[in-house]
Amino acid sequence: MSYAYVQVAMSMFGISTNALFGQLLLGLINGAFYAVLSLGLAVIFGLLNIINFAHGALYMTGAFVAWMLLNYLGLGYWYALVIAPVAVGLLGIILERTMIRHLYRLDHLYGLLLTFGLALIIEGLFRNRYGVSGLPYVIPKQLAGGWNVGFMYLPIYRAWVIAASLVVCLVTWFLIDHTKLGSYLRAATENPRLVGAFGINVPRLITLTYGFGVALAAFAGVLAAPIYSVNPIMGANLIIVVFAVVVIGGMGSILGSIVTGFGLGLIEGLTKVFYPEAASTVIFVIMAVVLLIKPHGLFGKAG
Amino acid sequence: MQSSLSDPVPLESLREAGIPAPQRGLFIGLAAVVLLAPFLVYPIFAMKVLCFALFASAFNLLLGYVGLLSFGHAAFFGMASYISAHAARVWGWTPEIAILSGTVVSALIGLVFGALAIRRQGIYFAMITLALAQMVYFFALQIPFTGGEDGIQAVPRGRLFGVIDLANDTILYYVVAVIFMAGFLFIYRVVHSPFGHVLKAIRENETRAISLGYAVNRYKLVVFVLSAALSGLAGATKAIVFQLASLTDVHWTMSGDVILMTLIGGVGTIIGPFVGALILVGMTNDLASFGAWVTVIEGLVFVACVLLFRHGIVGVLSAWLKRPL
Repeated sequence: MSYAYVQVAMSMFGISTNALFGQLLLGLINGAFYAVLSLGLAVIFGLLNIINFAHGALYMTGAFVAWMLLNYLGLGYWYALVIAPVAVGLLGIILERTMIRHLYRLDHLYGLLLTFGLALIIEGLFRNRYGVSGLPYVIPKQLAGGWNVGFMYLPIYRAWVIAASLVVCLVTWFLIDHTKLGSYLRAATENPRLVGAFGINVPRLITLTYGFGVALAAFAGVLAAPIYSVNPIMGANLIIVVFAVVVIGGMGSILGSIVTGFGLGLIEGLTKVFYPEAASTVIFVIMAVVLLIKPHGLFGKAG
Repeated sequence: MQSSLSDPVPLESLREAGIPAPQRGLFIGLAAVVLLAPFLVYPIFAMKVLCFALFASAFNLLLGYVGLLSFGHAAFFGMASYISAHAARVWGWTPEIAILSGTVVSALIGLVFGALAIRRQGIYFAMITLALAQMVYFFALQIPFTGGEDGIQAVPRGRLFGVIDLANDTILYYVVAVIFMAGFLFIYRVVHSPFGHVLKAIRENETRAISLGYAVNRYKLVVFVLSAALSGLAGATKAIVFQLASLTDVHWTMSGDVILMTLIGGVGTIIGPFVGALILVGMTNDLASFGAWVTVIEGLVFVACVLLFRHGIVGVLSAWLKRPL
């Protein structure tokens, strides 16, 4: 589709191309967060059989760790990008070892309830300490500014967020689908007892998987910090949308999660341009439609 | 063998064996507490407890007896609250009609949400109900009639049947008490009816219930609508009592609160939700000045309930007394 054609089409709707591409870019960024978070949820669900309600709270914790590193220790964005996921991953490992592991033999719903409680605790603690007004986090100077790419002004940081999320998603997919470790993981998802019988330490694999999943959430949190201000409630609303994304995509396929996440972000961005009133609900409506047509999700397995 | 969320006490087998003797003692005790409450505590506090106890009992009907965890019950509670407040304030309807209209609207929302959510099970069911309820929240945030951030304030309590003035707290309390007892007895009746036994069969083994020829999805839908309507009844009554309907009622934290009440009291017990509502309402009243610490404490109670105390207070008590409560 040529640029002139797009411009003609846009002028028919009375919408400037700059506004359109600006919203699409924001949509892609949201989609990047949906993809990274739903990927983490899917990886954790595959092995632990729990839906990690604390995922949003740990994403928020990642953003706060970045903020604290900068303001208390003077360590900037690039340090945070490494340290925050490791720190939150360790926190996740502690949570898994001390609490979550006691639930594996119970109904899956207990895992949801426990992690919901954990999310309340984490969010309440941050709200007590930092309030709800949000703390600014400056874009690192290497990524400040923007490029004029002809049809729109592209802020470098936003391009970086999309690229970084995409790389992280694809690396995760490669790790799980094309490495030996990933094959253990997939095998343990299918049949943990059999894998254990082959001498693989399944409990440790489970712990590390949980740590990895929440580290992904924290990584997304650091990426989000300069775009949205750092806020104790930033994770709560996001996680509910991510749940809808997971229902739409189904948790059967890694690539499916990535595609669904980015795609829904784009659709949300488009809705913001053409029918802004529905922007906050469009994903839920899509979820309802998908449930009617394909109850197990676009990439889900029946049964 | 997986332990089911809604199977609180080993007693369950006893109950199935035909012991549901009319639990007269229990009901007389509860009725006495409800009757005497306004002489012991502030009527407003007692009414708040009753509204939430009815809400939690309606939620428990779904989780405790069918094993469906809804994370979206705030939608029914909150929307009924808005409708009831709007009907009483803007249209000037009498309180009983206002409450009834809220209940009906919740039942209709329950019909739509239920039809969607029962297409999936377990964890997905919880996520779907949560997402649908979030949609209702955004709807309430945007549509003008709910008053956005302000909510609907100064709702008139009005005159019951156009006759009895409800401005007096004690009179209103007994009206609320009647609504609560009616809802409570209705739930008890449903649970112990042949219909209720099919529900429990679905909870225990859905596949077998299907193979026995039960239209499982129809049962689930009916009970989902009942639960939504009763939650709506609680929310609509709450709007008249507090003369306020606000975004708090429809926010996901409300869905979390009702789960917590049921969990503290005892999932799948008859009076557990009442006990849980009493504890949680009392706790949030006492801790109101502590701000976000309330959230932290609620989270801690959640964690403690799931890890250490899965049968809830009434569940433990009932195992100890060796009789269903």
